[in-house]
Amino acid sequence: MKVFKWLIGAIVLTGIVSFIIIKPIPFLFYHGLPNTAFVGRALFIIILASVLCLYRIWKGPTGADRIVATDILGIMIVGFCAILTISTHRSWYIDIGIAWALQSFISTLAFSKFLEGKSFDE
Amino acid sequence: MNNIIGLIFISLGLAFDLFGCLGLVRLPDVYNRLQAATKCVTLGTCSILFGTFIIVGFTSAGMKCLLCIVFLMLTSPVAAHAVARGAHRAGIKLWEGSAVDKYKEDKEGEK
Repeated sequence: MKVFKWLIGAIVLTGIVSFIIIKPIPFLFYHGLPNTAFVGRALFIIILASVLCLYRIWKGPTGADRIVATDILGIMIVGFCAILTISTHRSWYIDIGIAWALQSFISTLAFSKFLEGKSFDE
Repeated sequence: MNNIIGLIFISLGLAFDLFGCLGLVRLPDVYNRLQAATKCVTLGTCSILFGTFIIVGFTSAGMKCLLCIVFLMLTSPVAAHAVARGAHRAGIKLWEGSAVDKYKEDKEGEK
């Protein structure tokens, strides 16, 4: 029974990824810019990974699962901003990524201290 | 040529991101999930940023990419260690198939 579950999951994931790679859904804002075909596929793969993180946030059994998944979601958004920089050649997308990574780090430390049950001074 | 090398780096990073998030969904325990998810930061997103640096070159965006790589390399293991320590001290159980628990023995030795 477990093998059937794994097989069904692998088939569904490979189907979604191959559908993204073969025929991406076009965004409007990157038409006519360099590396268009690659950037469209890459953005959708990162969106798929973020959906997996959101599943873990929704159905985490404990609080630590949700903290880990939120941290990884922030890191995904940093990669998203980096790929948008290739397409549009605007450097302020990387600024958004740096600020997001910093805020994500601080919030993860605060949540783990809250989980441990101590204040910051100790 | 720079364009092709950068795109190869970005594809590698995308593969690491996707499989890291798959491990985040699939694995049975908080600590196992943390171990899978930390790979997705250092090898996945840092590889995407390095590929962006190779494509863009020594412009302002490229230097910001290098700065972001250094920042992620410094902060991500610290955050992962803090989450693991907090989860163990909060009393979250390990998976029943786990072999050893060294941190519990260390805490018993402290008292």
